[in-house]
Amino acid sequence: MQNLYNEKVMDHFLHPRNVGEIENPDGTGVYGSPVCGDMMQVQIKVDENDVITDCKFKTFGCGSAIASSSMATTMMIGHTVDEALELTNKTIIDELGGLPSQKIHCSVLAEHAIKLAIYDYAEKHGKHYKGLEGFDHEDKGDDLH
Amino acid sequence: MSAERTVYLDYSATTPVKQEVLDTMIPYFTENFGNPSSLYQQGLEAKLSLDHAREQVASLIGADPEEVIFTGGGSESDNWVLEGVAHKLKKQGRHIITSKIEHHAILHTCQYLQSLGFEITYLDVDQEGFVSPEDLEKAIRPDTILVSIMFVNNEIGTVEPIKELAAVAHKHGILFHTDAVQAVGNVKMDVHDLGIDFMSMSSHKIYGPKGEGGLYLRKGVRIPSFIHGGAQEGGRRAGTENLAGIVGFGKAAEVAEKNIDWHIKHCSELRDYLLDRITAEIPDVIVNGPHDHSLRHPGNANVTFRYIEGESILILLDQAGISVSTGSACSSKSLEPSHVLTAIGVDSTTIHGSIRFTVGDFTTKEDVDYAVDHLKEVVARLREISSMSRPE
Repeated sequence: MQNLYNEKVMDHFLHPRNVGEIENPDGTGVYGSPVCGDMMQVQIKVDENDVITDCKFKTFGCGSAIASSSMATTMMIGHTVDEALELTNKTIIDELGGLPSQKIHCSVLAEHAIKLAIYDYAEKHGKHYKGLEGFDHEDKGDDLH
Repeated sequence: MSAERTVYLDYSATTPVKQEVLDTMIPYFTENFGNPSSLYQQGLEAKLSLDHAREQVASLIGADPEEVIFTGGGSESDNWVLEGVAHKLKKQGRHIITSKIEHHAILHTCQYLQSLGFEITYLDVDQEGFVSPEDLEKAIRPDTILVSIMFVNNEIGTVEPIKELAAVAHKHGILFHTDAVQAVGNVKMDVHDLGIDFMSMSSHKIYGPKGEGGLYLRKGVRIPSFIHGGAQEGGRRAGTENLAGIVGFGKAAEVAEKNIDWHIKHCSELRDYLLDRITAEIPDVIVNGPHDHSLRHPGNANVTFRYIEGESILILLDQAGISVSTGSACSSKSLEPSHVLTAIGVDSTTIHGSIRFTVGDFTTKEDVDYAVDHLKEVVARLREISSMSRPE
């Protein structure tokens, strides 16, 4: 059967990893808006060694938005916050084996949601990360395009 | 992966060619291959077949055969009328009136005409997609040269009051065109009674072949040719005729005319059953389009599923062998949501969760049951994943 997306994207869309919410998360990020057609929530749990021990997502959006969030969570768990901050939309796309050109923004959404979750964690715990320098936490992706 | 069943619920996108239509077409590729312009036997026979097809299409819409011109499809007919009238009457005026919910074959042609200096008024529609004759009356100006309003909307199935709208235009001496691609075969019509000047038609929406369509051009109305060349179609549309396609379109029209009562009853019953089950069994849904189903395309259902997005619904249904379409921005290259749903005022936070289902002649009750059973699962599954909050 032919699909709109490659096998890896379809796998993450049909069998998304880490769906849900974390009880007492250390950081929460929400990016996007229903008006624009996609909105992601990413939550993280971070241990005393700054390692992300859990990451969950909820996404309103198309197949590639769901797959991008699912993939992003798998790329965060078990990594330090600094390592997670190195994730970009490009690395998410690479890991997914590519997205159609009009769907690139879905991976951008995932990158922003991750960074917002980490920013929330950093704010609450008084931490500073080089990877957050220059990050616009005011941008919630909810401006009408 | 293969689904246990294939359920096609997108008859407004296109229809399969009916077997009797295909059987009629086949000889025209091989034995009856003549060029209708040729003056020997094969050509003369081809010309007879062409004339027969013209009678079949004319009969379906209540036209005289010489008022039907074959074209390469609905989009060509739309482009031809708009550009033709604009070109012919540009000294008289440069204002055209249409609606906000037209097909892109109309809207994009209007944008092109705007780039050439024409002014276009896009009429609003009400919450069910109806264009009001009063609004049309108010929009008419001394320099208005054409009114073009679709007969049946392709997304939400609204059947526009074409007779009333045409009467308003004619009261002011203005030509009236309707894009009837979704109406032909689905709505009983008599073009003379409607009093319209032009009507665009498509073959592949009525179980005929793709790449074939027609234009009804009222007797006495003339517009310049769109395709220049030979003297085919009475000198009005050049190019060697797609004879097999035209014969197929003719046969499809004949079958549609013969079946129209059954077709309307069959489709509207299944559509109503589909909507009844969806609204009874799936929470938080909104039905878009006319509530009075006598003013709605018989096979059309358009439903918004709150808190989830249409393309993801579409793909999951496709995994189960079910074909539908969506007005979500994510499914369009422009990333803009459906202009039709926007025009009828669907809330911008729910607009992306809209799905169009269209049933047709080959749809069965079992198909509808299979589709709704899977739809329930798909909607529940995506709502589990969704970040949009909903009341518990």
